[in-house]
Amino acid sequence: MADNTKPKDGGSNTGEVSLINGPVIHASRMANFAMREMVHVGEARLLGEVIRMDGDEAIIQVYEETQGMRVGERVIGSGESLSVSLGPGLIGGFFDGIGRPLSALLDKEGMYISPGIEVPMIPPDRMWNVTPEVSPGDMVSSGTLLGTVQETGLMLHRIICPPGIEGEVVWIAPRGLVASGGMIARVKNALGRTVDVPLTQRWPVRVPRPYRERLRPNEPLVTGQRVIDGLFPLAKGGTAAIPGGFGTGKTVTQHQLAKWSEAQVVVYIGCGERGNEMTDVLEQFPVLEDPRSGRPLMERTILIANTSNMPVAAREASIYTGITIAEYFRDMGYDVALMADSTSRWAEALREISGRLEEIPAEEGFPAYLPSRLAEFYERAGRVVTQYGENGSISIIGAVSPPGGDFTEPVTRHTKRFIRCFWGLDKNLANARHFPAISWLESYSEYAAEVEEWFQSNVDPRWSELREKTRAILLEDEKIQQVIRLVGEDVLPDDQRLLDYTAFLVKSGYLQQAAFGSDSYSPPEKGFAILEMIMHFYDRGLELVRQGVPISLIRENDAVEEITHLREFGAEDKSSFDRALKRLNNHLNRVGAERTREQGGAR
Amino acid sequence: MPQTEYVGISQVTGPFILLEDAGRDAFYGELVDVRTPGGRVRRGRIVSLSERATLVQVFSGTDGLVPSKTRVRMLGKTLEVQLSPTILGRTFNGLGEPADGCGPVFGGKRADSNGMPLNPMARQYPKDFIHTGISAIDTLATLIRGQKLPIFSGNGLPHNQLAVQIATQARLMGAKNFAVVFAGIGVKHDDAEFLLRELSSRGRTNNIVTYLNLADDPVIERIATPRMALSAAEYMAYELGLHVLVIITDMTSYCEAVRELGVAAGEVPSRKGYPAYLYSDLASLYERAGVVRGLTGSVTQLPILTMPNDDITHPIPDLTGFITEGQIVLSRELDGKGIYPPIDVLTSLSRLMKDGIGRGFTRDDHPNLASQLFASYSHVQDVRSLAGVVGEDELSKADKQSITFGEFFENRFLKQGKDEDREIGQSLDMGWDILSSLPRGELTRVSLDEIKTHIKD
Repeated sequence: MADNTKPKDGGSNTGEVSLINGPVIHASRMANFAMREMVHVGEARLLGEVIRMDGDEAIIQVYEETQGMRVGERVIGSGESLSVSLGPGLIGGFFDGIGRPLSALLDKEGMYISPGIEVPMIPPDRMWNVTPEVSPGDMVSSGTLLGTVQETGLMLHRIICPPGIEGEVVWIAPRGLVASGGMIARVKNALGRTVDVPLTQRWPVRVPRPYRERLRPNEPLVTGQRVIDGLFPLAKGGTAAIPGGFGTGKTVTQHQLAKWSEAQVVVYIGCGERGNEMTDVLEQFPVLEDPRSGRPLMERTILIANTSNMPVAAREASIYTGITIAEYFRDMGYDVALMADSTSRWAEALREISGRLEEIPAEEGFPAYLPSRLAEFYERAGRVVTQYGENGSISIIGAVSPPGGDFTEPVTRHTKRFIRCFWGLDKNLANARHFPAISWLESYSEYAAEVEEWFQSNVDPRWSELREKTRAILLEDEKIQQVIRLVGEDVLPDDQRLLDYTAFLVKSGYLQQAAFGSDSYSPPEKGFAILEMIMHFYDRGLELVRQGVPISLIRENDAVEEITHLREFGAEDKSSFDRALKRLNNHLNRVGAERTREQGGAR
Repeated sequence: MPQTEYVGISQVTGPFILLEDAGRDAFYGELVDVRTPGGRVRRGRIVSLSERATLVQVFSGTDGLVPSKTRVRMLGKTLEVQLSPTILGRTFNGLGEPADGCGPVFGGKRADSNGMPLNPMARQYPKDFIHTGISAIDTLATLIRGQKLPIFSGNGLPHNQLAVQIATQARLMGAKNFAVVFAGIGVKHDDAEFLLRELSSRGRTNNIVTYLNLADDPVIERIATPRMALSAAEYMAYELGLHVLVIITDMTSYCEAVRELGVAAGEVPSRKGYPAYLYSDLASLYERAGVVRGLTGSVTQLPILTMPNDDITHPIPDLTGFITEGQIVLSRELDGKGIYPPIDVLTSLSRLMKDGIGRGFTRDDHPNLASQLFASYSHVQDVRSLAGVVGEDELSKADKQSITFGEFFENRFLKQGKDEDREIGQSLDMGWDILSSLPRGELTRVSLDEIKTHIKD
């Protein structure tokens, strides 16, 4: 019986190490190996992958530190390409770039990660309470639901018949416990051969999992972040990039999205980033609650970490490991959000390996196939009808770390070609501690029009109207700001000063949002209420200005200043919003009435 | 295992020598002894290995090697550092050999200087506030125990002075088990002397371990120096239970050495001639900071780098900023105004600050106050550029107040003595005090309650 919880070791091929150069090694007697085959290298049994073949010689990229290796050590084939185990037990897990569970490594080896450790991705003896959904005699094919496992409070794990298996069920696991390494069904195919269907499947990470058809991404992935939901929305099944220089808040934004996105499964890939950031997620997510279900966030989260000091080749693999896991949950009919932080480190890993292979570099040392790799990755996102028949989606949010914060560098430039939602982080906003530092001038979302209808019917019919108005004000304000920088604010006409002040309210009262505390998650309704109040102020203010009321009278009042503090109220605290609106109206009415009286008196 | 000695090498290029037909006896990363005809021994390391050709990187250079008479011996080990409790107080050279005339280190253990990556699950998220007594740092770029927080400086700026002040004033909980590891990479004799003298005379600790590669020492040894120092720091933190502050200066010299080596090895260069793996290489140093769950000690890193031409987008500060948990940036403009420490708070940042300040750590009002100070001081910059165009007299009342706030911020809050140790409460009160010079309507980052409590009319 095949145990699918760990990498296979079935191949009988062996080769011999002939050259060692960091993570790239050459081996001879490799003619019988397959391209992209996973291999064990040397006495330490380091995991590697065949990346080039030339007659008897092969080049292997090794996912672990090669120090100490000797010429002549053996290379053993595994008979499969780089694969992951997919089954109950993934949720809440924390894996390295090649799918080894870090908790098991910790138990086995202590605080440091030493090379050559093999542990199953899911413990094979872990038991699951399986409820069968088919009976002997039923016909099944790829996509048929075979059984379910309530994996966590948030996750009903659907065991779906994997691609390539079709036929009549001859045996199905009875209701009760099944081990991760065990079988859920036995199927007899048309040729009369019986095939065992394991509870845990293996799937090669570089091959996208199949689905029935793609759907239009017309439902928003609500993120609870006002600047995103309000101005630059992401659709379920969409792709977004967050580029920004260091210190602009990429990681905090990614963490925010991982916490509050309205997805049933979140896959978070820490790719070449800091160890402490992963620790942060690990410590926070078990205690943070999902705002919709009240359950710990860890019950829907899977973490993959290849921190910046871990071997570089595994960094290249981590992206694929993550997206394959995401596809597996999508196939169950779930909405999956995948965060990759940062895709630049992945591109740099490609560059490093490419350099060691002495390939001819294209731009800035990156290999010429960088754009096609990026495209392959982002195209694995999408909202689809799964083989199971339900709708599922993968939304990809990739952080990009452009050197020097320069968005014209190759990774940012090529990423922009394959994503549809661009959240550019601005250094100046970050320096002024305006967070999230998403620039309202540089960012865009191609999904805005597609998800408009959803917001109009689910939040407020005036959603799009207010969005357009807000963007127009911000854009107009940018022109006014240029004038202010030259001559100061005082010389502007009052209607322009009102617009400038309204833009200030939008920036500090609406766009800014704290990453912690009660404002960390802001449902669309709350954002809309704030924006509605600001625009109400602008409309009424403009009437007053036209009547000749000086801007200072309109502006300088506690009720107006309070608008910048509306975000401190909880989303459900409707009465506070109503009171604030009442105070604002009282103030504006009073100012208006005084003006009318003055004019009447003058007459 | 027998140690074979090879006589004769076939090629000498920069710091590399090529050894033929020795591949079967060596392993990747192995240390070798290179013996010159005169009998002097130099250390080297195998950087590429095949049956036919073995490429060795020779520390301390290849000058004077006669290819036909050079002898190479495999040592059967990697670049190691000797660790024992007796290293406290000692000074070593850049390769970890004693340089203080006190003889070799006995006992203890030998460890591979490259270290190994910490399992992220073994880490504990750093949260403990380190009190430095410097207002700008404590309030706006808080140093946290286990953090890696570099100082981005420029030539001629007082980074050494600041590092000394941080190291001597840093108060960690249970300060008794506090130690400093100092790694000098390509430092000038004068700088090294200043740092060591100040640290030992003003410090509250004799627990200083020094690894020194001076400016005129071989460039190639600079690759090893920080690794020696960090191995010592990890040993002291995780095995001796000390809270270790590692000061590394100057990271720019380190990166120059990496580049020199890369070019000599004929690698394809990336930005500004630095190798493509500079990010991974720097990460393998900076990531060796942190707190481990269940252990008492911690490693806090304070690397210093001088930005070439004060350019923060230069690859060295740029890559560093992507790896470290924030940065303290020194400003030539503030230094010119006579303000010490000349910290440019707007570009400075402590990423770990959010979890180490506020209720239960420093004071409830700290997070919002810091945010307000940033916003208001950032506005000062806009107003100043406006004043540069229209003249200060033409500014509106609010803008004039902003200019005043800017003066207060720099001359009262930022500026402090080289020995002045301010309590965190004192720094925060000072922050509120200078904020009171601004109109209330501009204080949008602090809550209405906080304004009532801290600003007296």
